[in-house]
Amino acid sequence: MTEMPATVSSLTSLVRDPHRRERLLLGAAAPALALVTAFVLIAVVMAVTDQNPVRAFGLMLDYGTKADSQVWIINKAIAYYLSAVAVAIGFRMNLFNIGVDGQYQVGALIAAWVGGSLAFTGLVNIPLMILVAMVVSGFWAGIAGYLKATRGVSEVISTIMLNAIAGSLVGYLLKEGRLAELSGNIVHTPDLPDSSMFFTIDTGNGEIWGTVVIAVLAGVAYWFLLGRTRFGYDLRAVGHSDTAALASGVNVKTMVTGAMLLSGVAAGLVGMPILLNDSGNFGNNFPGGMGFTGIAIALLGRNHAVGMAFAALLWGFLERTGNHLDFEGYSREIVGVMQGTIVLSVVIAYELVRRWGLRRQQSRVGAELAAGRAKTNDAAEVGQ
Amino acid sequence: MAATVALALSAAACGESSTESEGAEKGPAVAFDVGGRDDQSFNESAARGGDKAEEELGVEVFYQTAREGETDADREQRLTQMAEAGYDPVIGVGFLYGTAVERAAEQFPDTTFGIVDSVVEADNVYSMVFAEHEASYLAGVAAALKTQTNVVGFIGGENNPLIQKFQAGFEQGVADTSPDVEVLVEYLYENSGTGAGFADPAKAKEKADGMIVRDADIIYTAAGASGNGSIEEVAKHEGVWAIGVDSDQYQQEGLAEWQDHILTSAVKAVDVAVFDLIQSVESGEPLSGVGEYGLAEEGVYLATSGGFIDDIQAEIDAAREGIINGDIEVSQTP
Repeated sequence: MTEMPATVSSLTSLVRDPHRRERLLLGAAAPALALVTAFVLIAVVMAVTDQNPVRAFGLMLDYGTKADSQVWIINKAIAYYLSAVAVAIGFRMNLFNIGVDGQYQVGALIAAWVGGSLAFTGLVNIPLMILVAMVVSGFWAGIAGYLKATRGVSEVISTIMLNAIAGSLVGYLLKEGRLAELSGNIVHTPDLPDSSMFFTIDTGNGEIWGTVVIAVLAGVAYWFLLGRTRFGYDLRAVGHSDTAALASGVNVKTMVTGAMLLSGVAAGLVGMPILLNDSGNFGNNFPGGMGFTGIAIALLGRNHAVGMAFAALLWGFLERTGNHLDFEGYSREIVGVMQGTIVLSVVIAYELVRRWGLRRQQSRVGAELAAGRAKTNDAAEVGQ
Repeated sequence: MAATVALALSAAACGESSTESEGAEKGPAVAFDVGGRDDQSFNESAARGGDKAEEELGVEVFYQTAREGETDADREQRLTQMAEAGYDPVIGVGFLYGTAVERAAEQFPDTTFGIVDSVVEADNVYSMVFAEHEASYLAGVAAALKTQTNVVGFIGGENNPLIQKFQAGFEQGVADTSPDVEVLVEYLYENSGTGAGFADPAKAKEKADGMIVRDADIIYTAAGASGNGSIEEVAKHEGVWAIGVDSDQYQQEGLAEWQDHILTSAVKAVDVAVFDLIQSVESGEPLSGVGEYGLAEEGVYLATSGGFIDDIQAEIDAAREGIINGDIEVSQTP
């Protein structure tokens, strides 16, 4: 993270246009300001509670850069990143999809059941499971999109309620004799055959999950679809102002349903890293809650394809090293404090820098206008 | 000791695995499930075993608690970090640790692992399982004999196979004792994926309130730390009783305010099992295999603290005898 200003300064020498240079500087100032603020705040909290922050940061950096820690962090970040992408698709259109959590769990359950009971060869089974997860999760999100487009139901309310319904539905289906079988105190869908598990990359210090490829592809698709296509342009236009978008011929209702569906389809991928690289089934020990982590990561990464990747890795880093701090006598809650502080600092720093930039721009435009008027006045006088 | 670990860590260069800096032997470590050591219930029962070991065996126990929404990878890293730091035995409290214990035990064959509420088959793992349904049956007998309204309630944390054992035993105990008594059944979560059902006292409070409105006058809550909310709600109503779970909740300091409403508790002696394991490791002959803790071994029992069930002790003893000698077979599924 500390390398950022250096890269930016080398970039500035390349960018001659002073306005572009300023925009770039402002863009870098926000995350830098946020991280510095966050770390200062965390240090204060730790100092107040009689814990040595300098030693803690040292321990975290040291432990987090170990090879096996890095493998762990990458694996952990895969699902977080996918979750953030799903949330960000909604964010870009001013839609707050809080329902990623329910969407991915329903999708993963059905996909795991299909994969476990059909048991085709992996070549067929893996794409089939991913497809099923995307369709089911997309459908679950589509309900909220449909309600919003046709009835004006706030997607915040409907997705939260759909989360609760998803929990009950998963609980209902996850019973012996329905979609699941029992082993000990775990009730789970039939195990996937070994051939249906995703590949892993052995680093000698642990295995990186192959599903990292899915995350990269999802990131590229997100960047391309939203930044480089007509659909993405319309989506962002609706996000900025739906009336303006409507006036320029965008069908806002279709866009709302479409964006929600797309967000849900991306949410379907969230459960895949764990299902295909780790558990091989969906059971009552299948982790929930990653949809909410995705919201924090999308905020932290500013809905940017690369920004969210850094944010997801940072999250993994904090979880990996935070647990380690516990062994060194620090209270484990400090990680939660760190995560919360970082997100808050980022949100506030971006807003501050944005406002400051806006004021600069306004005063500059004002100055230019005044100068322009003075010039025309001069010309007029000379002309007389 | 922390300083040496820090030194060892900082000496290790980047690119090296963290497991290469191993610590010295350190005594037992206990990893709690969601809810944490002070849940007044399940985790605290395990903690008492650790505390007893500290007192009687002179060891120092390291405790750590799971966050909500952890993955197997999170739990596995907790256990492997414990093992690599030199702790022995390493005990996972709760069935969610099953997969993690299995994987950690494979990586650290010289460390003894313990797992509560799940069975892991490995030479260096001691699996501790309890007959929750049997203790719950006795709780059902007590509830059926004590109810005035002929309506009793069961609140479970999450609708999973483990908590269904509590429900099944309780329902059967009630039905066998007095078939006219109705049992209301509610779960806080069907499936949370985060363990939230065992750390949500507010939700248990609402459910208890709903049951009291429907005339229930005895409520048995099997939901770890969530159960505290149910007990708190019950204590507001005259003539309504709570039945505690896992710990003898009448004796819990954190619940002392409401103890006059705690009829009894279906105790699960995780403390005994945890102490057994620590002691065996300390004496150099670590336990392994499956340790079954039932009524006969007093691994589960119905608490008598408070004396509220003294008048029906004869019936409860008879039911207990019946289960132990096989006359009564308690179902594990509702």
